[in-house]
This record gives sequence, structure tokens and C-alpha cells, in this order.
Amino acid sequence: MRYKDYYQVMGVPRSASQDDIKRAYRKLARKYHPDVSKEKDAEEKFKDLQEAHEVLKDPEKRAAYDQLGADWRQGQDFRPPPDWGKGFEHSRGPGGAAPGEFSDFFSELFGQHSPFAGARGTGRAGRGFAAAGQDHVARVEIDLEDAYRGGTRTIELRSPEMTPDGHVTVRPRTLRVSIPAGVTDGQQIRLAGQGSPGIGGGPAGDLFLEVTFRPHRLFEVAGHDVTLTLPVAPWEAALGETVAVPTLGGSVDMKLPAGARAGQKLRLRGRGLPGSPPGDQFVLLKIVLPPDSPGARRLFEQMKREVPFDPRADLGQ
Amino acid sequence: MNPIDRIFEGEMLDESVWLEIGEFCAYLRVDRPWVIELVDAGVLEPRGPSPDAWSFPASALTRARATERLVNDLGVNLAAVALILDLIEERRQLERRLDELERLLER
Repeated sequence: MRYKDYYQVMGVPRSASQDDIKRAYRKLARKYHPDVSKEKDAEEKFKDLQEAHEVLKDPEKRAAYDQLGADWRQGQDFRPPPDWGKGFEHSRGPGGAAPGEFSDFFSELFGQHSPFAGARGTGRAGRGFAAAGQDHVARVEIDLEDAYRGGTRTIELRSPEMTPDGHVTVRPRTLRVSIPAGVTDGQQIRLAGQGSPGIGGGPAGDLFLEVTFRPHRLFEVAGHDVTLTLPVAPWEAALGETVAVPTLGGSVDMKLPAGARAGQKLRLRGRGLPGSPPGDQFVLLKIVLPPDSPGARRLFEQMKREVPFDPRADLGQ
Repeated sequence: MNPIDRIFEGEMLDESVWLEIGEFCAYLRVDRPWVIELVDAGVLEPRGPSPDAWSFPASALTRARATERLVNDLGVNLAAVALILDLIEERRQLERRLDELERLLER
């Protein structure tokens, strides 16, 4: 297993006071909390932070951790000392951390098998005790095309499970799940009974999948509606030409209104994500000048001479 | 059958799905008083005149779960959670608008 430098994770020196640790946790929690953070790998970083905080906030666990010494480096290969946890009087309060969420390093030193295991958890699987299994919430990232057509997704889960002798172990599990056409960003799919197994004959928990969309090269998505930014030539906009527009279902022809403006939004009804009713596709016009060429230059010169137009008339100078 | 060979079909919790308060509590495995607290704080907006008749859109499940995490992890109170969740939604809409505008500008 790999050594975890909890002080490094929390960005505090080993001499930090309990108040310093609390402040560092609050600050980093705001930065990396998966519900508010825009940071990359926020979920992973927040889990590391919670693990570090779980140990450093507790004076007993922190003292034991400190006894490992200051010479270990983050990620270094590590085996716990044989006398681990000796000499500490454990208060055995309810443990706050969910088993299976944290690293092997944490589980070994402070988890259910460790001298630091709280009363909760170990005492749970007594005779005649039954409880529903834990629910799981997993995020699934899909492409917009999958949401349009539907498809299947393979999901890897790590479920904490109670063994017959009352220990908690983590079992990896793979599921194939059907993603129905018309699913939207943020929507949930519930798989009854696919959470953790129940304990002592209790019912299994449920699995909730929260679908999120990967950013798309062409489309912005809001609910069932999609928006495409469409480049058009100035004459296509001015004359109201018919142009080919990519949609999720393939290319369609769209007639622009004559005199179309840049930034104007046109609607292709029913061309968004499937649903009842299906969403629409909005087309946002972007007017693009042709690249410089003698022909283009000649025509612009001609327009300059023949078209009376002052784009700055409204500026009043 | 090996689970990998089986394709699971889930229940789609889309915008057409509304959960009665009992169902809503069961899906979240929480007690009714907690849900009432969330409504009082403005985190959730149910349909219906009284708690017994309340129903919640499926999207409220995500909101309620985020609330639990924010309260436990950041130590914020429910009024602040309501504000945070509203601001997150507003940020999402602004980001979408910004993306659209950036696409208009890029060549």
C-alpha cells in the first residue's frame, strides 16, 4: 500500500494546531466540494481531503499517525508497524467515515479492522440484525449522440459489503445499463435493488445513476433543446439563402430569412432530444467574412462605392 | 448469468415523474421531518397544499442529496444551501450562455 501524507493533502505543516486544520479543511472543502467545484478531479481531491481530515481532526488518530514519523513521502510503499495503535486509549465514538470510500492506507490504519474502529459498524452484524443495503449514486458521463439515439453504458462500482463475520469489505462490480433515448443532462435513472446487498436478509439498496453530458463539439444543450452556432456568408444572410444545417438526426436544409442578422436565433422545431414533446434545435447565426482574395476585394470595393452604409451612425460622433 | 452480459433497464426519473412525499422519503431513505425542513428552508419546492399532499419532481432528489452533502461536508445551514443551489443553477445558465457567445466570436 502507499503512504498518504495527510499534512501535504491539507496543505498544513506538521506543527499545525487543531484550529489550523479546521480552517484548512473548510477552505479546501469549499474549493473541491464536488457540488460546487469547477476544479478538475474535484471529486478525487475532495475524497483525499476528507480522508486526511478524518485523521488529523481527531487528536488520537493524529497522534498515532504522527508516530509513524515525518520521513515518509506521499505515495511511498508502506507497511504498518506490527505494534500499530498500541498505547492509545480508543474512545470508540461513532465513526463518521463511510467504509470503502477511503484509501487502503486509511482502511488498514484507521478502518474497521484497525484498533481505531469505532463501535459503529463492527457491532452492526449481530445475530438477528437486518438492515437495508446502502443506496449508491453514481455519475455517468455520456455523449449527446448517446442521449439522442440511446445506448448501453458499462459502469464500474465499488460497493462496501458486510462479510458474515461482520467485517466490511469493498467489492468491485460491473454493470451494463441501458441509457434510453431522450435522457437529459442531470437526469437520474433508478435501478432498484442494484445498490449494496442488505444485511441479515434486509433488502438490497438501490442504484441511482446521474447522467451528465460531455461537452459537444457543435451543440449546447438545455433540457431537451440544443443550440448550434451556424457560420453563414454575408450574402447568405443578406439574401436569405437555403443552407445545410447539422442536426442530431443528420443534416437538414433551412431557409434563412432575408436580411438575417448575426446573433439571430432561428428554431428547427422538434429537432432536439427525443421526448414528448421532443426538444427543438436553435440555430444561432454567425456571419463570417470570406478570406481575402482579389475577387472578394473587388466586390467589397464595389460595395463601398455603391452601398450607402455607415455602421457607426448610432454612435452619434 | 454474468452481470456483464445482462443489460439493466432502469426507471427513468425524467421531468414527467413526480414523487409523493412517502415515495420521495423512501427513495432518499430519509425521514419526513427532514424533508419538511428542506421545504421550509426553500431548498425544495413541492406541489400540493400540505405535507400529506406534497409531491416532488424527480430533480428534487438530486437537490436533496446535494443538500445532505453540503450540510455534512461544509457545515452550512439550510438557508445557505438554498442560496448555494440557486447560485449553482444560475452559474450553469450563465456558462451555457457564455459558451454560445464564445462560439459566436471564435473563428
